[in-house]
Amino acid sequence: MKQKDITALLDEPACAHNKKSKSGCAKPKPGATAGGCAFDGAQIALLPIADVAHIVHGSIACAGSSWDNRGTRSSGSHLFRIGMTTDMTEQDVIMGRGEKRLFHSIKQAIDSYHPAAVFVYNTCVPALIGDDVEAVCKSAAERWGTPVVPVDAAGFYGTKNLGNRIAGESMVKYVCGTREPDPLPEVSQNKSIKIHDVNLVGEYNIAGELWHVLPLLDELGLRVLCTLSGDARYREVQTMHRSEANMMVCSKAMINVARKLQDAFGSPWFEGSFYGVRDVSQALRDFARLIDDADLTQRTETVITREEALIDEKISPWREKLKGKKVLLYTGGVKSWSVIAALQDLGMEVVATGTKKSTEDDKARIRELMGRDAVMLEDGNPRALINIVRDNQVDILIAGGRNMYTALKARIPFLDINQEREFGYAGYTGMVELARQMVLTIESPIWSAVRQPASWQTSKNRKDDENSQQLTVNKGVG
Amino acid sequence: MPEIIKRKKALSVSPLKASQTIGAALAFLGFHRSIPMLHGSQGCTAFGKVFFVRHFREPIPLQTTAMDQVSTVMGSEDSVIEGLKTIAEKNNPSLLGVPTTGLSETQGSDVNMAVSEFRKKYPEYDSVPVVPVSTPDYSGCLESGFAKALEAIIDTLVPNAEERGTVPGKRRRQINVLVGSFLTPGDLEELKDIIEAFGLRPVLIPDLSDSLDGHLDSADFSPLTIGGTDVSELNNLGDSLATLVVGDSLHKAADKLKQRTGVDDYRFEHLMGLEATDRLIQVLHDLSGEPVPYKLERQRAQLQDAMLDTHFMLGMTRFAVAADPDLLVGLSQMLAGVGGEIVAAVSPVNAPGLKQVIADRVKVGDLEDLEQMARDNRAEVLITNSHGVESAHRLEIPLLRAGFPQYDTLGGYQKTWIAYRGARQVLFELANILLTLEKGEIHPYQSIYAQKTDFREHLI
Repeated sequence: MKQKDITALLDEPACAHNKKSKSGCAKPKPGATAGGCAFDGAQIALLPIADVAHIVHGSIACAGSSWDNRGTRSSGSHLFRIGMTTDMTEQDVIMGRGEKRLFHSIKQAIDSYHPAAVFVYNTCVPALIGDDVEAVCKSAAERWGTPVVPVDAAGFYGTKNLGNRIAGESMVKYVCGTREPDPLPEVSQNKSIKIHDVNLVGEYNIAGELWHVLPLLDELGLRVLCTLSGDARYREVQTMHRSEANMMVCSKAMINVARKLQDAFGSPWFEGSFYGVRDVSQALRDFARLIDDADLTQRTETVITREEALIDEKISPWREKLKGKKVLLYTGGVKSWSVIAALQDLGMEVVATGTKKSTEDDKARIRELMGRDAVMLEDGNPRALINIVRDNQVDILIAGGRNMYTALKARIPFLDINQEREFGYAGYTGMVELARQMVLTIESPIWSAVRQPASWQTSKNRKDDENSQQLTVNKGVG
Repeated sequence: MPEIIKRKKALSVSPLKASQTIGAALAFLGFHRSIPMLHGSQGCTAFGKVFFVRHFREPIPLQTTAMDQVSTVMGSEDSVIEGLKTIAEKNNPSLLGVPTTGLSETQGSDVNMAVSEFRKKYPEYDSVPVVPVSTPDYSGCLESGFAKALEAIIDTLVPNAEERGTVPGKRRRQINVLVGSFLTPGDLEELKDIIEAFGLRPVLIPDLSDSLDGHLDSADFSPLTIGGTDVSELNNLGDSLATLVVGDSLHKAADKLKQRTGVDDYRFEHLMGLEATDRLIQVLHDLSGEPVPYKLERQRAQLQDAMLDTHFMLGMTRFAVAADPDLLVGLSQMLAGVGGEIVAAVSPVNAPGLKQVIADRVKVGDLEDLEQMARDNRAEVLITNSHGVESAHRLEIPLLRAGFPQYDTLGGYQKTWIAYRGARQVLFELANILLTLEKGEIHPYQSIYAQKTDFREHLI
């Protein structure tokens, strides 16, 4: 990928980060960097497209440590869960045989698995030796008659966020608009309501949580042409250009997709979240607002009233248990505010929230929810998080999986909010699961057991033990 | 000796291989207050970190030189220097490993030069040992990367006998133990127990059973490893009575250690099963001059009894096994030792040790190959890492998890496979798996003249 293409991707007019000096991505600091690369971001963004053969073109580290590594669910094809990589060898690198291997790999994938399409992810080593992945994909598609889409996302191009955008860009450039949507199925034509087409961009169907929301959309007559990319199929991505409204779900990562769909096809979009009662209702209202159909608006309000009453009843026993409990929330972007609302709905107090990936807009919303003096954490190194927990008597830390074992080692109740989790929290019904999981860890009997020293240990003795152990090790035994 | 079938297909499907780079990182994690910094793009580290976090369910110290476009094109030595300085300044580690990646190797990054520049520029961090190791992921696998890191650690940090004045056997009770990546923290604990039972003091290189055994420390946070072999021990390896080496992949590391220290070594392909363990016990008995402890005699007798009990289930059972070479050798020999047959054997890379695998053929390949071989040869049990779940499901046979990664099970890292006790548990587990298959079950037959009216095709 050329530098100017990367710069163009980093310059995202629809993103509020753009105006700041650190627009796009700040240079990562050697020796003090966490987080994935562009390839990581691109793969995460597209892997849930279930009926595609995802080929990682590169040496083994890229696919070998990452395949089959996500909580996303498919309602049909499981092809996406089969890891495929060209697993380049030293000979390939030295002799420049990467392109040839890739070409044959594409054929092999098509022959053995008959995918709807092949996605080829370019990675560092082939990018560096100059493999022309786009050309290989083009000629392979012509030769074997299956769509082959290049996703040029070598790790050194930049961060995970850039990779998300590269992935979105590839979809808009090569896939969206290559097929018209199916005619509406007969069942829906019989209904008296008018059906509207929408897309969900940036929803990954973690633990199947999209399926909490879909029934409501069905009821309202909103046909989801495509979810980019949770439980998606290639043929759905092809029709994304025909939607009447797009929702950017819980992430600015693929904001370029929403913007480009608007530029090219005029479909309006909004940013929303399916976490928390308030936000689910808001998302449904936003669809109605953008689509501007009086009947839909009215039916939306009816559904919201019904669902909110229903869920309120289901949540109230949990609310009793969670009332007044203190939370430290450390997560990125939209989740920094959308989850706050959900937690406050449960009567919990959010003492601080992470804002590393949040925009000024996000922060404004946080202040709206948490008050002027809201504590915002720009840099959430583990030490800092633990200190805040200790200083504020926090009851539970909610963060991404990478912080899980940090929290557990410090004996702090923890809830995983990121993509690796095993439970779905989206939609009205997801709230019950969220509440249940929090109570499960906060009220667990293990905490006193793991914090309590044994009867023969006092904190002083323990220290002495450690010192003497240290001495033995240093002295060795002659 | 098995026939080794090399990779022929272009695409690797359901990869079995994990990279050399993270193998090297793992070796560094077995030292106290250590941190590896992978020289590559930040994703190399992020993926490696998730890989180990999911396997061990522990926080994993791992950093990156975070190569970006500029350093990839213009040279990345400065990134190495900056990274070393940042970590040395912030955390003052006792060991800083720098494994390279496919990216930095393809670029031609000169890490040794970068390290010597770092030394010149920042003499205040002279006390922080830095060990670079070349581990591009386009060759080798986790096992070879782990071995290469040990070679580099020995090269860099173990002093020559003359220099340091060490004399083999000066510490009469000290035994060096070079251990390969296929030994779990549970295995290492067992191995230490056994060595200590002979009144000897083992120095494990490296010791993952002290750093990644899943223990709750009194400190609530550390950016470095907690536990593991103390780096200062490396100075005194030359005084040891002997060196035990476990794993064929460590031959080079063992040669280097012997050359530097002059300490005699005893090499084991693995420690799985009766025969291999007997050899270990004999060596320890000879070295220590102590009688074999009753406890071990007892465990040996228990294993023998378990072999009797389980051979009915395990005999002639058809196993499909995929693992890094040393583990594959160990498993195949242990299973063959109770009459099992390895009908499908797959290794991610070729290695001299594969000659010791007990099977007709060993395929260098991936889990798609394993599945194919297992199907063709009607395997009854699959043994490989957690990625084998889908294959086992499609083959409709049970899976026993072994190797890296094991992310869908708890405590996989702690399971003991070696020595009498480990082998006994593994045999029981396999036999129990086989009991659930009801192998001897005869399909019911309904006579055409039968007067029974309740015949069912499948018994419930």
